[in-house]
Amino acid sequence: MLYAILCYAHEETVFAWSKEEEAAVMDRLMKVQEPLARAGKLGPVGRLMPTTAATTVRKGKEEALVLDGPFAETKEVLLGFYTAEFDSLDEAVAFSKELSAVNPGSSSYEIRPFYVFHPGEIKKAEGGSS
Amino acid sequence: MTDLAYIELALTAARPQALGALLRYFRDLDTAEEAFQEACLRAIRTWPDKGPPRDPAAWLIFVGRNSGVDQIRKRAKNEPLPEEAAFSDLSDAEEDIADRLDNAHYRDDILRLMFICCHPDLPNTQQIALALRIVSGLSVPQIARAFLVSESAMEQRITRAKARVAKAGVAFETPDVHERAERLKTVASMVYLVFNEGYSAGITNPDSAAFCDEAIRLSRLLLRIFPAEPEIMGLSALMLLQHSRAGARFDAAGQIVLLEDQDRSLWDRRLIDEALAMLDKAIRHRKPGPYQVQAAISALHARAARAQDTDWGEITLLYELLEKLAPSPVVTLNKAVAVSKLKDAEAALDLIEPLADKLDGYFYFHGVRGGLLMQAGRSGEARIAFDRAIALANSPAECAHIRQQLDRLGEPVARTV
Repeated sequence: MLYAILCYAHEETVFAWSKEEEAAVMDRLMKVQEPLARAGKLGPVGRLMPTTAATTVRKGKEEALVLDGPFAETKEVLLGFYTAEFDSLDEAVAFSKELSAVNPGSSSYEIRPFYVFHPGEIKKAEGGSS
Repeated sequence: MTDLAYIELALTAARPQALGALLRYFRDLDTAEEAFQEACLRAIRTWPDKGPPRDPAAWLIFVGRNSGVDQIRKRAKNEPLPEEAAFSDLSDAEEDIADRLDNAHYRDDILRLMFICCHPDLPNTQQIALALRIVSGLSVPQIARAFLVSESAMEQRITRAKARVAKAGVAFETPDVHERAERLKTVASMVYLVFNEGYSAGITNPDSAAFCDEAIRLSRLLLRIFPAEPEIMGLSALMLLQHSRAGARFDAAGQIVLLEDQDRSLWDRRLIDEALAMLDKAIRHRKPGPYQVQAAISALHARAARAQDTDWGEITLLYELLEKLAPSPVVTLNKAVAVSKLKDAEAALDLIEPLADKLDGYFYFHGVRGGLLMQAGRSGEARIAFDRAIALANSPAECAHIRQQLDRLGEPVARTV
């Protein structure tokens, strides 16, 4: 089964990390992912920019409304996601627990199975980056 | 990162909202700060066992409010009763928690907390110090190191600034739309002051260089409470773009590296990408303002893979727009630099000659003018301009940079400093 592991956190706290703290957390998270990646079971992994960079398109009466910011103001926000192939939910839970253990910023990891709608292919635009 | 370190981060993150609410409640900065401090101490005692609450700010407001009320009651036993008006909100002290933590005030609380640091009687450096102490919660020693003064001097400075703010009185009623917009504008320029204090220090003083990160954090905080303000998006984008070059602005010896000579692979792409996203959001509002235009100019540099790919034509147009939105001789000076790239040095010199009176005491003016004169082959005049720049330099790095230019002119460096 394909799973998405969604990381939720208090945004204010995570963005108060110093560069060094951030790098240390990322380093530990990379180590947790390595075995999955080596086994060829890890899909795209993404880090979301702050919600201040978000825009929401919401269904309006006639035309859709374009709003600044995330859809709902919540204390915890989606911060990033992993996609991976796990043989069982137990395996997904174990992986999420490992992520959680090394990331003091995360409040929760939501495990959501998904199916591939479109494999996609992103060609890097000029000036863009990873 | 240990649990305690993480709790401290959570406390720092919750500080503006919690302290802002306590200030509204007690209507006195010292009482609010004491109450917040007490709540933080209790958090450090209880959170490691019980785990942090889901909403740290709400927890701190609740605990801080109770502890502050206790303090006032204790004092009241020994002292004559304070004026009723001093804590008029206390009457509802027993009301439901949900009401106390009312989020409707939250936006104005944070804005007010930031706004009181911007009192027009306070010089810029005091506004910066006060904001870093009150809003960001930096320690006095940390701020003192950044400003290169002793702790006791900084302590005094902050105490005086707080007294000045208290004397001026703070408007606690909920501001109307216009007042809110005015406050936001004032606070935005204060945040940019904090940023520039860090930016101009560069790598020479890591304590003040950290102000850049702090200013960016404050701009994100403003954006979370005012998500649809294009100028705040512009400010945020501008600071992110300028900060993205932090790793490339100085060489190993601490010398200034000009934008055109910087190693662009050292620019922080993550900050640039966030800035470009912010700028796109801002432009969609079709309400241009000075921060957005400056960010747009900065973004054109960020988008150029090499210095020679820079779109100087577009940059010149943007400076012309900026001259209309926020006219200043410094903007014209910057436009002249763009014109020198688009046309030639003589065309740029024609633009800046009328600025000589206004900018005579400004390091950057003489540095730029010297550079343009040198390009135009007017060595004698260039040397005089560079000498003037050295006399006005704000830092050893600026001084050294001009000396290099003088070296390029191929004559012995005049001993001015």
